[in-house]
Amino acid sequence: MIRTQGLTKYFGRIRAVDDVALEVAEGEIYGFLGPNGSGKTTTVRMLLGLVLATSGSIEMMGHPMPRRAREVLPEVGSLVEGPAAYPGLSGRANLSLVDAMGPGGSRATRSRRIEEALEEVGLAGVDRRPVRAYSLGMRQRLGLAATLMRRPRLLVLDEPTNGLDPQGIHEVRELLLRLNREGTTIFLSSHLLAEVEQLCHRVGVLDRGRLVLQESLAEIRRPTGRWYVETQDVARARALLDGQVDRIEGDRLVVRHDDSAALNRLLVEGGVRVTALTPERRTLEEVVLKATTDSPDKVVRP
Amino acid sequence: MIAVELTKMLRSRRSWVTIAVIDALPILVAVLLAVTDIGPRPGTGPAFLSAVLTKGELYPLAAVAIVLPLFLPAAVAITAGDAVAGEAQQGTLRYVLVRPVGRTRLLVAKLVSVTAFVLVTLLVVAVTGLVLGVLLLGDSNSATPTTTFSGTDLTTTQLAQRTGLALAYALLSMLGVAAVALFLSTVVRTPLAAAMGTLALLIGSTLLLTLDAAHALRPYLVTRYWLSFVDLFRDPILWHDVVLGVLLQAGYVVLFLAAAWANFMTKDITD
Repeated sequence: MIRTQGLTKYFGRIRAVDDVALEVAEGEIYGFLGPNGSGKTTTVRMLLGLVLATSGSIEMMGHPMPRRAREVLPEVGSLVEGPAAYPGLSGRANLSLVDAMGPGGSRATRSRRIEEALEEVGLAGVDRRPVRAYSLGMRQRLGLAATLMRRPRLLVLDEPTNGLDPQGIHEVRELLLRLNREGTTIFLSSHLLAEVEQLCHRVGVLDRGRLVLQESLAEIRRPTGRWYVETQDVARARALLDGQVDRIEGDRLVVRHDDSAALNRLLVEGGVRVTALTPERRTLEEVVLKATTDSPDKVVRP
Repeated sequence: MIAVELTKMLRSRRSWVTIAVIDALPILVAVLLAVTDIGPRPGTGPAFLSAVLTKGELYPLAAVAIVLPLFLPAAVAITAGDAVAGEAQQGTLRYVLVRPVGRTRLLVAKLVSVTAFVLVTLLVVAVTGLVLGVLLLGDSNSATPTTTFSGTDLTTTQLAQRTGLALAYALLSMLGVAAVALFLSTVVRTPLAAAMGTLALLIGSTLLLTLDAAHALRPYLVTRYWLSFVDLFRDPILWHDVVLGVLLQAGYVVLFLAAAWANFMTKDITD
């Protein structure tokens, strides 16, 4: 769906994006992570043809971008760095105006599509007041509605839950999951790890303009081969498992062992009352923090 | 896209408020003239104004001559300066471009919209001028033929034709301003900067026109031939300055539109 090779962007002498090779497959939800200032937004803008790459190539839906933008972009819905609308017009008027600007939006179905899109983002009952009077959350929902107007095959979303309350975040998450089940590929740029962890199949992590990690979430969260053993008999368990215990956290032991069933039998036969035995998995946060360096917006005294 | 931009311009309250403000000045002048019956002495004041007390049908031209030096170009600078920079500032530019609207197409649509704005403004000014001229000014006997600056008479048809030509000339003069403002609008980040830059050029040009030391620059200054439409009301028509004015404005339009296009096509949209 999206493939970039050697994508690089210089702003003057600053290298904002450096040799990035993204691979987003059709039908997946791809989480694009990275600290603020790591080049996420610049990359998204390059995908959409807003910023022109210094070097490297972009292919979307099999077409080179930005050369074939006229064929590609009508099938892409995008939200880039926050929503924007003509402040003097109502939400409906805004959707109608933008739909009329370019290809792929039939006039005959326009008002029906507007109502459907508003319904999906929870703005169906919105009145004629101008966008100027909308709250941040309403603007965000309107921006999402605009991306859905032409049933895109690909959604490119930059921080789509920005400004929404927990209920709104939940609604958007459900909406994205449903669209994805119906076949929409979603490229989700975010710095909210929890959001990405709940939604995405694959993640790419950008750090100082470089793609430092691109892996499936299942692979990242694969069991590490260590187990958490919870028990009240910590001392006895430790004696039994001498040498295999890496760490003790209260009534929880972190144990290296190949086979959980064998480990369980060993403990039970040794008279240890096991309350829980769970595999240790890396969290996305650990992986991302390990892959990235310091936050670029932190400025340390030299 | 052109239709969308035209709708946006015609539906925006700001366009109509601007037009009303521009129109207010010739209205005020007409009322003052009608009430006091004191016209400027011939040869002083804005063009045509000394003649309107005897011939109300000339007031549309006087009205255009009143707004042309400052009011209209200022409005054009603001409107055209807003074209790209305004969209960029409110964040809608990126959504227009990814819709997708081609960059060339967007510039053309903006230019058409600005042109339509100038045309509507000129027509409003001219029609108000005609109504006021006939109702408030001039001698009641409108059968008296209009006298040209050369002393010969003009028929009503000739007057209408030449007024149309004069309006077209004023429109073209404003397109030069629009092209400059549109170019600046693709360069700077705020619409205010684009409008101020254009106004600076106009004020500079007006100032240099009065300076003898700038004599060599004179033929190339953007405001040089703006009021040459007066020559259309001589007999025979004095084409020399009008033609130079058309060429000069066409030059400004081509040059600055080309610069605007070249700059916008390769610009990184980071707003």
